[in-house]
This record gives sequence, structure tokens and C-alpha cells, in this order.
Amino acid sequence: MTSRPAIGPDVLTPGDTPASAVAGSRTPRRATAIAVARRATLVGWALLVPALLAYVGFVIWPLIQGVQYSFYDWNGVGVATWVGFDNYLRVFTDPDLLGAIRNAFLLIAFFTVIPVSVGLVLATLIRSMKAGAFASISQTILFLPQIIPLAAAGIAWSWMYAQTGAVNQILSGVGLGWITRSWLADYTTALPAVGLIGSWVLTGLCTVLLLTGIGKIDVSLYEAIRLDGAGWWREFFTITLPGLRQEIAVLVTLTVIAALSSFDIIYTSTQGGPGRATLVPGLSIFRIGFTQSDVGLASAFGIVLMVLILIVVLPIQRLSRTESR
Amino acid sequence: MIANRTEVILGRTLLILALILTVIPLVSMLSAALAPADRNPTGIEWPSDPQWVNFVTAFETGNVLRLMGSSTLIVLGVVPISLLIATLAGYALGGLRVKGGRGILIFFVLGLTIPFESLIIPLYYQSQAMGTLNTQWAVIFPLIGLFMPFSVFWMRAHFINVPPELGEAARVDGASTWQEFRRIQLPLAMPALSALAILLFIWTWNQFILPVVLIADPLNRTVAGALTFFQGQYSLSIPLLNAGALIIITPAIVLFLIFQRQFIKALLQGAVKG
Repeated sequence: MTSRPAIGPDVLTPGDTPASAVAGSRTPRRATAIAVARRATLVGWALLVPALLAYVGFVIWPLIQGVQYSFYDWNGVGVATWVGFDNYLRVFTDPDLLGAIRNAFLLIAFFTVIPVSVGLVLATLIRSMKAGAFASISQTILFLPQIIPLAAAGIAWSWMYAQTGAVNQILSGVGLGWITRSWLADYTTALPAVGLIGSWVLTGLCTVLLLTGIGKIDVSLYEAIRLDGAGWWREFFTITLPGLRQEIAVLVTLTVIAALSSFDIIYTSTQGGPGRATLVPGLSIFRIGFTQSDVGLASAFGIVLMVLILIVVLPIQRLSRTESR
Repeated sequence: MIANRTEVILGRTLLILALILTVIPLVSMLSAALAPADRNPTGIEWPSDPQWVNFVTAFETGNVLRLMGSSTLIVLGVVPISLLIATLAGYALGGLRVKGGRGILIFFVLGLTIPFESLIIPLYYQSQAMGTLNTQWAVIFPLIGLFMPFSVFWMRAHFINVPPELGEAARVDGASTWQEFRRIQLPLAMPALSALAILLFIWTWNQFILPVVLIADPLNRTVAGALTFFQGQYSLSIPLLNAGALIIITPAIVLFLIFQRQFIKALLQGAVKG
């Protein structure tokens, strides 16, 4: 089943220069110009080769391999048997795997909805931050979670959520001692708790990006609508939201992908538990492939995950593109 | 200005709240890291007797030096090569605008949405076949490939905005494609290149799933991938785990604080273009 990355050289052949163009040249000068252009095309393609080799060899080829694996029953060492679409059928019928997909979609609420909404509220309220010490310090702090590995965020928050951790300490401090618990060990709170780690990571990025976006909106638009006597809501829906369409589309795309393909945070905080309460596709693929050695099923789930992300993300892209005209 | 007072005050208050919420987990880590190593700490508190020695213990037992070395090796293997080949490809697509370039660009861009999880199984067997499994190369090669869609897209976006007259002027003066690239295009590309370098550095340094899957010995992984090793090592000591994790994230934070303007600019642009 395994093989070395055979990179098809056919992908890399230079684009054909139309022969007619060459034949049609009369004057020597034109011939030189065409020769130059032809050489440029050749050089251009030569420059593309290394990047294409890396991309095809380590992304496209593995992807094709993954598709191939997904049609076999294989434990990684023995003989592989062709099973057709059985693995895909199992992805869509196994309650554990369906649960993982469901969890991934639920995480969108925490990875996308919360960060983008909070970012929007903050951005509209602050609108334009005057450049200064406070603004730059805020920006730096809001960006900290972007620099920290997600795996470390998982560790930091497992301690925050622990029975003796800061979350319970703060809750007790404000008189909510009765709801304290070990948040990641509780079946009902584990998924939201893990989701909020994602909110923590992504809110800063969303806020700063939306603030930058709102700063680009023409101030006179706001002045005009205020003179018109418009309230906060109308201002928000007629000026701010349309003005930030591009940024919002970008952030939604980015954060939805982060939610559906989450792995690091879950791996270091809950390992998918308790039970399967926080199991996500990424962790499932990892377990099925390497712990249970069911390579076919894991590969099929990988392909399904990729297609799911495409299905969710492509419409957002189209939306932002057509509307921005 | 036009924002009224209540909005400003409300905005500032919420912003400060967001800032506090952002910092709390880090403060909580520090607080736990300074508690006595053999006891279960409680919440956030300034310890009466801060145990700075925990950092020393975690540094030594966690083989932090070796981990940093391994991470650095992976970064050095990934970032320069990625920058080089993405620049070449970006120049071909954006600067030379080769025939058929549009199709190639779309081919690259499609790769932006492929999650790493979809590739880990085949990548594992591929590196096994190549004999790189459990070495840093097992992570370096695939990461270069996985970064190509974004990097090529990024560099093309730069080169497409360089006025073609600049290159033409050089060519009229008799410069070869290489000379033109070296003397004119490369200097102009420096800002785009350094931003890309920053992004690739963070993404490599913080890479988790590939090292966890492809390198069995945590000490040969990236620092992020080695965090699982810390979790195993210090499963009984929350203070040491937090001290270790803090040590691990410090170099990136220090770099960030030094180059924060460049980092933030790169991350914002990276988000928009990605």
C-alpha cells in the first residue's frame, strides 16, 4: 500500500507556446521578442517546479493516498482488502463518529459566533482607538493568545477549570460557589468549557482585525447618519456591518476551519472526554488510525472532514466576493 | 468625536474586561508555577513563598534545552526553504505571469482548506516508506508542502502589485531575468518576505499534530508537540507542569514583544489574505 512520493513529471511540463505564433513571425526582431517571451515562460515554469514538487509531494500525493486507503480495510501492516464505500458508510452510521462531527459543529458557536460578536461589539463601541500607549498595549495583550501554542492554551485552561482552579475561585468570590465543579470532567459542561478556550484564543484576533476594518470606514458616513437622527442599531446595520463585510467573511472562514479541525486544545485538555463528550473529528482520526489501527476508516473520516470544511467554507467565500462588488 | 460619552466609557470598560480575561489564564499559570511542587495549588494567589526553583526543576527534568534545539532545527529546515521556493513560484505567477499560471494558482489555493488531520494517516505511512519517520525530517518535509498554498499565494499577491515597468526598465538595460529578480524584485519583496517569515516561524514553532503523529520521541519534536511529554512527566505536579509550559511559551512571547509591530501586522495581513 505504501510507496514513495512519485511526483508526476507530467504536471510540470511547460505550457505550450502556440506554434502558429512562431510561424507567423516574419521580421527577425519579432522572432527575438517571441523567443524572449518563450524563454520567460520556460523560466517561469522552472521557478514553479520546486514549490509544485513540495506541494504535490507532501499534500496532493498523500491526499490521493488517503482516498485510496479509505476504500480498504487495512491495519497498517497486513494485507489490505477492498471494501468499497464501507468505511464511508461507517463514518455516517457510527454514533461515536457522528457525535464527533456534531461536537465540531457545536464548537462553531464558541470559535466563530462568540469571538466575532464580541469583536463586533468592542469594535463598534471603541470605533477608532487613538494611537497611544493604551491602544498599543491593548493590541499586544489581545494578540498574546495568537503567539501561544494551542496545546499550551489547553494546558493553561485545564488548570483554570480544575476543581481548585481560578474559574471556581472567581465564581466562589462572586457568590456563585454552588455551581463550582470540575468543568472539564462534567459531561454537560466539558464541551462548552473546551469551546470557551477557543473563544479565548480567537476573540483578540477578531477584535483587532475588526477594529482595523472599522477604522477604514469613512467617518463622514457616521456623521451623516447621526445628523439623520439614526439610532445605534440603524447605524450598526446600515454602516458598520456592510463596511466590515470583508473582514467578517475572512474571520468566519478562518474560525470555522479552526472549529471543525480543532485538535491541539482538545488533545491537551480533555482528550475527548469525559466519555466522548468532547470528541472531535481530528482526535477521532488520530485514535482510529493509530490506536485502533483501522487505517481505512481513519482515512475515510479524514476525507469526510475535508469535504465538510469545503462545503461550509466555500459559500462564505462566494458570499464575500459577490457582495463586495 | 462622534462617539458619545456612554459609548466610549462602555467600550473602554468592555475592552479592559477583555484584556483581563485574556491575561488571567497566564497569571493563573504563573501563580500555580510558583506554588510548592508537591502540593495542589489553589486558584490565583501570590504565594507567600514563591518557588522560583520550580522553573529550574522543570527546565532540567523537561530537557528544555534539547527541545529548543529540536524546535530550532525544524524551524531552520522549514522556514528558509519555504521562503525561497514560495518566492520563486510567487514571482513566476505574479511577476512573470506565466501562461497557465491562473490554473496553477487555483491548484495551490485549493490546498488552503485541507485540514492537517485529513493528511496525517497517509503522511505517516509516507514518512515510514521514506525512512524519515521519528526524525525531524518527518515534520520538515510535509510542513514545507503544507505551507506552500499560503506562501505562494502570499508572495504572488506581492509580486502582482509590483509595477511591470520596473522589470521592463531593467530588461531594457540588458539585465537577465535573474539579475532583474536579484537587483529589483527581491529588495522590493523584503517586507512581504519578512512578514511571511514571521508567520511561518510561529506556525512551525507552534505546530502540534504533525510532530505528535510523526515523531515518537517527544524530545525530537517541536516545543508545542513536546507539551504532551510534559503532561505525562508532571501529571502529578500541577506547579511543575505550569512552570514547564511557561518556559516553553516564553521564547515565542519574548520574540513577539520585541517585534510586536511586525508580528501584529503580519498576523493581520495573514488573516486577511489567508
